[in-house]
Amino acid sequence: MIRFLFRRLMWFVVTMTVVMSVSFFLMKNVKGGPFDTERALEPAIEANIQARYHLDWPLWKQFLHYTGPFNLDERGLGGNQEKVLGGVLSGDFGPSFRYRDFTVNDIIGQALPISALLGVVSMMWALALGVSTGIASALRRGSGVDLALRLAATGGIALPNFVIAGFLIIIFVFMIPLLPVAGWGSIKEMLLPGFCLGLVYAAYLARLTRTGMLEALSQDHIRTAQAKGLSPRTVVLRHALKGGLLPVVSYLGPATAGILTGSLVIERIFFIPGLGSHFVNSASNRDYTLAMGVTILYTVLVYSMNTVVDLAYTLLDPRIDLAEEA
Amino acid sequence: MAIVPPLPSRHVLAMLLLGLVFASALVLTRGASLEPADYVMNNGSEVQTLDPATVTGVPEGRVLRAIFEGLIVKHPKTLEPLPGSAESWEVSDDGLTWTFHIRRGAQWTNGDELTAEDWIYSWRRFLHPLTASYYAYQLWYVAGARQYTRQPEDRSFDASPTGGLWYQRTSDGQVKVGLHGYLLEHMTGEVSVTLPSNPAQKPTIHAGDQSWTLPFSLTNPASNPKAPTSAADALARCYGLESDDKSGWLLKGSLTESDWNAVHANGVLLDGATYRAEVADPQHLKIWTTDSHTLHVTLNSPTPYFLDLTGFYPTFPVNRRNIKEAQERWPDRWEIEWLRAENIVTNGPFKLIERRVNDRIRLAKNETYWDADNVAMNSIDILAIEQDSTMLNMYLTGGCDAIDRVNTNVVQELWGREDFQPTPYLGTYFYRFNVNQPPYDDVRVRQALSMVIPRQAICDKVMKMGQVPASSLTPSGIGAYTPPSMNMGSPEEARMLLAAAGYPGGKDFPPVEIHYNTSEAHSSIAQVIALAWQDELGIRTKLRNEEWKVYLDTQQNLRFQVSRSAWIGDYADPNTFIDMFVTGGENNKTGWGNPEYDRLVKAAGAELDPQHRLQFLGEAEALLLDEMPILPIYYYVTQNLTAPRLGGNSENVLDEHFPKFWYWMDDAELAEKRANYPKEFETVAPHGPPEGLYSPAQLRERQQQ
Amino acid sequence: MSTADPKRFDLDDATAERLLREAQEHKGISLWQDAGRRLRRNRPSWYAMVFLIGFGLLSFLAPLLPLRSPVRSNLDITLHAPTLDGGDGDYLAALDPDADSALVARQIEKDYWELSSLDHGLISLRRMIFGSWQTGHWLGTDHLGRDLLSRIVWGSRTSILVSLAAALCSLVIGVFYGAFSGLVGGRIDNLMMRTVDILYSIPFIFVVIFLITLIGDYRQVLEEEWGLDREKVFYLVIGAVFWLTMARVVRGQVLSLKHAEFVQAARVMGASTFHILCKHIVPNVLSIVIVYLTLTIPAVMLFEAFLSFLGLGVEPPRVSWGLIAVDGTSAINPLRIHWWVVIFPALAMGCTLLALNVLGDGLRDALDPKMRGKD
Repeated sequence: MIRFLFRRLMWFVVTMTVVMSVSFFLMKNVKGGPFDTERALEPAIEANIQARYHLDWPLWKQFLHYTGPFNLDERGLGGNQEKVLGGVLSGDFGPSFRYRDFTVNDIIGQALPISALLGVVSMMWALALGVSTGIASALRRGSGVDLALRLAATGGIALPNFVIAGFLIIIFVFMIPLLPVAGWGSIKEMLLPGFCLGLVYAAYLARLTRTGMLEALSQDHIRTAQAKGLSPRTVVLRHALKGGLLPVVSYLGPATAGILTGSLVIERIFFIPGLGSHFVNSASNRDYTLAMGVTILYTVLVYSMNTVVDLAYTLLDPRIDLAEEA
Repeated sequence: MAIVPPLPSRHVLAMLLLGLVFASALVLTRGASLEPADYVMNNGSEVQTLDPATVTGVPEGRVLRAIFEGLIVKHPKTLEPLPGSAESWEVSDDGLTWTFHIRRGAQWTNGDELTAEDWIYSWRRFLHPLTASYYAYQLWYVAGARQYTRQPEDRSFDASPTGGLWYQRTSDGQVKVGLHGYLLEHMTGEVSVTLPSNPAQKPTIHAGDQSWTLPFSLTNPASNPKAPTSAADALARCYGLESDDKSGWLLKGSLTESDWNAVHANGVLLDGATYRAEVADPQHLKIWTTDSHTLHVTLNSPTPYFLDLTGFYPTFPVNRRNIKEAQERWPDRWEIEWLRAENIVTNGPFKLIERRVNDRIRLAKNETYWDADNVAMNSIDILAIEQDSTMLNMYLTGGCDAIDRVNTNVVQELWGREDFQPTPYLGTYFYRFNVNQPPYDDVRVRQALSMVIPRQAICDKVMKMGQVPASSLTPSGIGAYTPPSMNMGSPEEARMLLAAAGYPGGKDFPPVEIHYNTSEAHSSIAQVIALAWQDELGIRTKLRNEEWKVYLDTQQNLRFQVSRSAWIGDYADPNTFIDMFVTGGENNKTGWGNPEYDRLVKAAGAELDPQHRLQFLGEAEALLLDEMPILPIYYYVTQNLTAPRLGGNSENVLDEHFPKFWYWMDDAELAEKRANYPKEFETVAPHGPPEGLYSPAQLRERQQQ
Repeated sequence: MSTADPKRFDLDDATAERLLREAQEHKGISLWQDAGRRLRRNRPSWYAMVFLIGFGLLSFLAPLLPLRSPVRSNLDITLHAPTLDGGDGDYLAALDPDADSALVARQIEKDYWELSSLDHGLISLRRMIFGSWQTGHWLGTDHLGRDLLSRIVWGSRTSILVSLAAALCSLVIGVFYGAFSGLVGGRIDNLMMRTVDILYSIPFIFVVIFLITLIGDYRQVLEEEWGLDREKVFYLVIGAVFWLTMARVVRGQVLSLKHAEFVQAARVMGASTFHILCKHIVPNVLSIVIVYLTLTIPAVMLFEAFLSFLGLGVEPPRVSWGLIAVDGTSAINPLRIHWWVVIFPALAMGCTLLALNVLGDGLRDALDPKMRGKD
């Protein structure tokens, strides 16, 4: 177990290095800069701005300055003589180029808890809807109930979520005024966006659960258990669920990361100041530091989620051996 | 390795769920909700910064007008200057020197008194190269300001005020010498270098009828083959850019470090920072005070809209102590810290309470503001909703009292409502031609393409908000200026012109590519225009949309044929539109240039008589419309949806609104307003309190009645 | 942990031989015949398949149908509600039936975009059959007065093509990568999976934005030298994104299968890795692959819609369902709902995606090796 985690950590370092350098150089190679606006600047002013943000440095130097943990800026930020350690390695993601009154740390610090909460709400919706319909339809396989549940569960991936959100807003805000139309803070404001975001994952979870459950139910030990005369309830809960949820668990890792990045549309429609919009906006604004910040955050999340999933796998299926995996 | 004993799955699930609940509870307690504000407006996007010196956009302006105050404020409807931080002002007879009397007793939110020194500090900071301000050019009307912005810190300068040279020591022990701009501004004539035959003697540099001798001799002197040859050329490129090709250095040679240090030690040369502080600031940048409350500014040429600029948000003052204290406390990140809600010091009617990225900016009434008696709103929320449909929904459900744009798809339903009254706005939507590229180098082709555009249909059927088909670059509605009208022509005339240019019936005409940035409206307009060109002229048309930043890059580098553009006026004067197309201007982006046009624009800049000035500008614009490097399509209108109960607010050509004057009307006043509508409007359920919300001054007045 | 269960391996030669013989006999019924039979018995899936084939044909044959131009806007009838008008005879601006082909080609380019020669052929055929007759605005018009019916049908071509191409791309790479990795195990598996992890960790939205802006830069080179237009690059980009999950899922399944009795048995009997991969693993992984594939196709369609929402999707004048859906959502507002602009595209898209999902489930049931010979 320790050895497994240690090796994972080593791989994490490799991954981070690759991801950081690849995304840094990719981003710098896309046309346009953070300070381009519709109003072209006098060359003198543009030169001032470039110098101020070190965009006139060679790329390797910009990269090293970004990663730290040393400060290559001889003047210090803003012409100050003070030299301060900076860079990602000392936990400083730098100032945002777009939201210039905030550091990237500030922005992520504000947005991450909101996104996490939105993620939790939507994951609850997704698990509640997805797993229960999945199990129910596996148990009633082939029946009308099965078909109806499956069709209902598929609703979430049959339409783009901005269309679903549009319909739901019309229904639950304007026709039946139950919920607020947008905003973030109260429980009421979380229901609709959480549902819209969770619906997609509910659909996937329902299908994976159903597949996994069918698989599990046809296993020998389940049939043995059934033959032994255990109640169907016990069979399902004690035996089948364990194996049947395997695919679900493996899906939760990518899904969690996906919820953070994929919430962009929902965030825009429901005006939620979460992290999702930064993934797209920072790229289109050429806000290099913020884009790097969210990339790094994303990498860390995906990586740790996957590690957790692999650990959970062994808990659910003793046949899989971590030693072999690591 | 050890085998982890398998837990029963439901325990795992239960633990997972518990964890989730805990996490959510933790997070929930963090984001405490704010009390609802008196007034909530949408800003359309998150502001980039609240530092007046480095802002660029409309959303930033909306916040800055609430928390800062410039020398003047503008009348909410007519935009005439009203006393702001300056109680009064006057201008000299030649129109060059302005004097502002700063309001006595006005305060900053940290208790400091507002003085003329604040403007000296703020405007120098605004123009300073290290501030990296976008809008610095807006103050380049001030004498010496342009050179000040371009003054590189890493160079040395002649200490004498009549000195005109800069010196830069490079890492390889060489010294480069060039002309700097303070003395070049009004200079004409040739630039040349005299290298002495005896290497021990000192070289001389001549510009027009002046010359300067270097304070030292150089070994292996060499002149720059790409050096500027005229004073005008030297002025255009002597500052700012580092690369040898672009910089205006005239002469270089080797110099020992001790010699270099010697000329600095004996005060013949000053390093950049010292020069700026001791010579350039006081002598060249013409902003000065005569006492603590009198500010003087001298301009390069009479600029009638200079007064308006002093109410334009980049020229708003900042507090010295605010920045200085931040620099001391957070040497490495003071540039962010001084702007935090808890640190920022302002002088406007409102103060900053809280900022949440992509969410809201909360403002509260500033009780120490000199005119607080006339401010009604106690708190204002400024939201950053970007999605059209969301902001409309927020407005309709009362979550928001004003939004700044509406989607064209809902305009039909909004027409005739009392809260939606689009009015002309100082902006023009147009296409640029790349006149360097055949066949668009032929004016007949450009005219033919212009003549068949269904402008009226684009306004009525695509934009739908009462936009007006454009017949000029400058929209009408700027004071006394009547823009010339271009030849609108007819499809027949267009076909004849195209045939005359060698493409009868569009035969052999290379496919046109319309370039625009990704957006539904731009795409719709481009499709309509493409169809018109195909149908009327038989020209094949392709569309090419690009993501915003790539689009800007493409446009800047003239890698397009026809490109969608727009321009919004910064101030209510035709110059903001017309000086865009001078030869080589940064915002020209067409490759077009015409010496006569340049002459007219320059003449207008120097003209004192307003009548003549507008005449010059009119002639220039007529020339532009004749040659047609651009293809005007429509003039903008405002798209605000504003709660009918809001008082002290009015639509105007700059779409600027002033929170200082805002108040909520009570039912009686609202009824009165409705009775005075010029025509029948559909009334809507009003936002805001039925009993209204008035400033203390208004309340006293109402009680007296 | 230990993997050896002594009981599993005490086979004597005779038993082994008998088992092998039986296995060979069992192969007599083809997997696919069996699956086909069982799919037919599963009514919903069968209907779904019929629907999809029908819809696919319809969308492929769009040029043959008497539809209006999906591009031509008519600003006099913007947001026109559906009518049951019989249509009119204005197609291709009522060109003379024997107008010369260059003129027709030009007219077609106005009313569509650059079409393949096959599509041109289909349009000629359509003009032979229907002349200049075209349908009325049966499903209404959009905000530029374009015919919605035609846009939906033509849009389906783009969407179906994008999702098929991308799903196939992900299928081929993902299955082989995942199966190989899971089967070989050890260091190579580790390396391969960590590579997937690294690729996973780059938020693909950056990659997509990067690639799409890059296409903007090099579009001329790409189009002229590589014959890649924006759409084709699109397929590649999306496919390259989606194979990762496929690889992981397949590998997970393979890991489980690896310990299954029949694989152990084959290995004991000396079968090569390649043999085991082709004969035992791939067919058994197929069920999960098919399930995943039917999840991928809709996911790609949704992803295309997502990109359109961000303005990074296909370029007008071409249409896709994503683009229509984005147009449609701006028509849902509380002031007045132009329902047809959103309901019809949503119906078309929803039905297709539902059918795909139902079919996927049906195929899974039909292909499940463990279900063979039962029900």
